[in-house]
Amino acid sequence: MAKANKKETPLTMDVFTTGIWKENPVFVMMLGLCPVLAVTNSVENSLAMGAASIFVLVCSNALISALRNFIPKQVRITTYIIIIATFVTLVDYIIQAISLDLYNKLGAFIQLIVVNCLILGRAEAYASKNSFTKTVISALGMGLGFTLALVMLGGVRELLGAGQLLGYQVFSTNFEPWVVMILPPGGFIVLGSWLLLINYIEERRAGKIIDENEESVHATATQN
Amino acid sequence: MNPESLSFIFLSAFLINNFVLALFLGLCPFVGVSAKRDTAFNMSLATAFVMFVSSTCSYGINLVLTSFDLEFLRLISYIALIASSVQLVEMVLKKFSPALFRALGIFLPLITTNCAILGVALFQTSRGYDFLQSVSFSLGAGAGFGLAIILMAGLREKLELSDLPNITQAAALSMMLAGILSLTFMGFAGLGTTA
Repeated sequence: MAKANKKETPLTMDVFTTGIWKENPVFVMMLGLCPVLAVTNSVENSLAMGAASIFVLVCSNALISALRNFIPKQVRITTYIIIIATFVTLVDYIIQAISLDLYNKLGAFIQLIVVNCLILGRAEAYASKNSFTKTVISALGMGLGFTLALVMLGGVRELLGAGQLLGYQVFSTNFEPWVVMILPPGGFIVLGSWLLLINYIEERRAGKIIDENEESVHATATQN
Repeated sequence: MNPESLSFIFLSAFLINNFVLALFLGLCPFVGVSAKRDTAFNMSLATAFVMFVSSTCSYGINLVLTSFDLEFLRLISYIALIASSVQLVEMVLKKFSPALFRALGIFLPLITTNCAILGVALFQTSRGYDFLQSVSFSLGAGAGFGLAIILMAGLREKLELSDLPNITQAAALSMMLAGILSLTFMGFAGLGTTA
């Protein structure tokens, strides 16, 4: 465990930014999907969930990183879970104190942050091996990436499902809301569409020829 | 106390408010283990068993915690309980069915972080189910999880042979499939009160 510092890479901007895009927890690593789909029916909920997750992620990973030389290897997962559960209990009571309305909207999903694989995954893969500062910065990046994904989903779902953004009417009242976007299937479909779009951009960037059929479809699409 | 009948609770957890497709719980194994039908079947059996054990035990733990006014420890004790029942399942499987144990591999310990299981424990507490209702709820949730993951695995096995564009890599395609499955499950929505 003490040898963990041997190959410490220098602290660069990358530590912060990989979490936001290159290794985005939702779009690239597919971690912590349950809250991503369940609470993103509006931007407000997404932001609240993102903030709660950032808090738990940063605090628990910081504590785990600080204690990494004291936690016995055999019981580390249990220890991590207990640490995470403590912070989640904190968040649960804090949100209850700040806004009972929001608490009721998010429901059990605040408590379910405990089993968000993102947090345990980062604890195991990063916090247990890296220094305190690096862990905090990386956790912040990951948390922001997670929130970004939540808001991207929440934005699309609220816009199409209710014609609003953050409660403000965007489309005129003649707009017929796509109710399905707010309901569970919308979550899956919007996330699927974002993933498709991201895959497409990555493919384009890599300069690969996608597929001859695909290519001709895109060609006709751009001509129109 | 909750006045809902046992059969309604079972059906509601099984179909109407399916844990995976309507409440978004347990998505990680749903995406991760649904590539083959038989692995999916075994996974759902293991999950259902852990769900049943942890749900009955958490009912007992909740009684103890409420009688001592220690509700704020609920989350921590539930998660510790789930972790230990997963350990139990692991040991039982290793002893009686080593082949299955190997087939499930890494996904067995990961049942601990399956939110469906903690979800069952938390929901039954917040809805105030009594002991029999909790049992029925956990059985329904386990069956619902199994149904969803096996359906998904069947769909993905079929799609393996079809010609798909490159950009629909595993995850994106799974999400779209799940969306369609979820749409079909919405057909059950009118059967009872949604809660």
